[in-house]
Amino acid sequence: MAEKSTPIIEMKGVGKNYGNINALRGVNLTVRRGEVTCILGDNGAGKSTLINIIAGLFQHSQGEYLVDGEAVQFSSPREALDRGIATVYQTLALVPLLPVWRNFFLGSELTKGRGLFQRLDIATMWEQTGDELHRMGIALEDLEQPVGTLSGGQRQVVAIARAVHFGARVLILDEPTAALGVAQSGLVLRYISAAARDHGVGVIFITHNPHHAYMVGDHFMVLQRGEVDLDAARSDLTLENLMFHMAGGAGLSALEHELHGKHNEGQPTLEGTAST
Amino acid sequence: MTTTAQQPGVGTPRRQVQSQAFWRRILKRPEAGALGGAVLVFLFFYIIAPPFRQVPAFTTVLYQASTIGIPAVAVAMLMIGGEFDLSAGVAVTTSSLAAAIFATKVVDSIWIGVAFALVFSLAVGALNGYLLIRTRLHSFLVTLGTFLMLQGLNIAITKLITGNVATGDISQMAGFSLGQAIFASNFTFGGVQISIAIVYWFLFAALATWVLLRTKVGNWIFAVGGQGDSARAVGVPVRRVKIGLFMLVGFSCWFLAMHLLFAYDTVQSGAGIGNELLYIAAAVVGGCLLTGGYGSAVGSALGAFIFGMTTEGVIYADWDPDWFQFFVGAMLLLATVVNSWIRERAMRGK
Repeated sequence: MAEKSTPIIEMKGVGKNYGNINALRGVNLTVRRGEVTCILGDNGAGKSTLINIIAGLFQHSQGEYLVDGEAVQFSSPREALDRGIATVYQTLALVPLLPVWRNFFLGSELTKGRGLFQRLDIATMWEQTGDELHRMGIALEDLEQPVGTLSGGQRQVVAIARAVHFGARVLILDEPTAALGVAQSGLVLRYISAAARDHGVGVIFITHNPHHAYMVGDHFMVLQRGEVDLDAARSDLTLENLMFHMAGGAGLSALEHELHGKHNEGQPTLEGTAST
Repeated sequence: MTTTAQQPGVGTPRRQVQSQAFWRRILKRPEAGALGGAVLVFLFFYIIAPPFRQVPAFTTVLYQASTIGIPAVAVAMLMIGGEFDLSAGVAVTTSSLAAAIFATKVVDSIWIGVAFALVFSLAVGALNGYLLIRTRLHSFLVTLGTFLMLQGLNIAITKLITGNVATGDISQMAGFSLGQAIFASNFTFGGVQISIAIVYWFLFAALATWVLLRTKVGNWIFAVGGQGDSARAVGVPVRRVKIGLFMLVGFSCWFLAMHLLFAYDTVQSGAGIGNELLYIAAAVVGGCLLTGGYGSAVGSALGAFIFGMTTEGVIYADWDPDWFQFFVGAMLLLATVVNSWIRERAMRGK
């Protein structure tokens, strides 16, 4: 396990309001080099709000967001990216009909020559794409093949490898395994682990799946209705415990109690326990 | 943790693969279908129309093809970028009218007329692109609008200014011979008369291919047409690319317009209607995908070549010229089916 270094990202009591609606409250989060922080939660739990704040898409309303110890208030994803915070969204920002290497360098193409003779440095881009993918453990038969011909997991890995190659220090992965089968998810998880351990990237891994999270995570945060329901290091947590929280935690126990036990008079139990 | 990511035992073969599968790569190119089609059409007319076999006939075919091929190269790039331009056919006429009318009725100088037409054509292209981005409508609708507007303007303005449906003859003006030398001259090569338009056509197709496959902008064009949102997300200036492509089509229309103006001295204001479909058809036969992100400039040249052969072949075979349209339609259908079959194979990575 990586020793405790200065955190790249540190959030203290971060919250977000949309008008009167309180989407996120009191989030403390630390992301260090080489660590995988898993953020779990149901739909609408506040995961997207949180990553959008980290990625620079939204600004937080309360609390402090520090990058390298310095308080920040990003006004665009570009600013976050310049600080080395990259997001790989579910759409991946890949172009299916374009060859792998062209996708890898899209928007940041390497060129040689000047002026009118400026042209793509294809050999170097091939080389670097191949090296980067190979290093991360996927061997493509042909970098000239369109990205659309790759499997879902391979596409995910190409997008992640691209972010790492272009200098990501913190990688936000938005449900990378959500649409994948078992084998494909394994490929992506292995790569998440490689990015963190071998490249020292701090990873924020957003997922629905506690099994996937427990396989690669160093630190876990479960969000529920905009609040932190669980915030624990791997050493303080079992998979069962994580699954329990993920499945709804105390709220679920109450539901179970309600369904199998006798009716509590009047007010539904679920609501009663969740709001404080 | 001690376990690093497992590296599968296979090393990346990288570049060897490229040479190994060279012929397969050719078959996977977007223009493969058009190449096969061109060979078949050539053989067809070679067998049934004896005059088609002579060399001068072949240069006529190439000339005919160049008048489709010059705009078709730009139209193909636009289609790779994910958009259509239905106004390209009449825009050619608009451009030559603008040059002729401005030169004769406004300034009495051929060169200012030519320059005015260039600015005007680029502006029409920029307007198409700007409208597309502002309205977020499909380019089919936007350019259908400009197509009808230009078609109306061509005739209305010409009538208004010249009192006629055609412009006056410009061949007596100063500078005409130089203009003709640049845009519409012929030269003899190996005992055959060859129009300079053919040379320009080849040059444009080669340049476009270089831009598409070897430059940053080319990469962006494919990306913008293939998945605009992804391209934007990685920092490609999607709007500028699209407007630039429409302006490129404007430029190609201007270029062909200048050729036609200096070749025929006068312009019929009703000309050009329907040609936009030929340009699009040439691009599609050449492997461009209607949905964008795929295609080639060389393919559009092959498509134009097929149509050139068909136009002339029908005449040499002594058929009614109306058969040409039938052939264009049949070829378009056939090519689309063959191309999508090839593309599917390519996408399966076979």
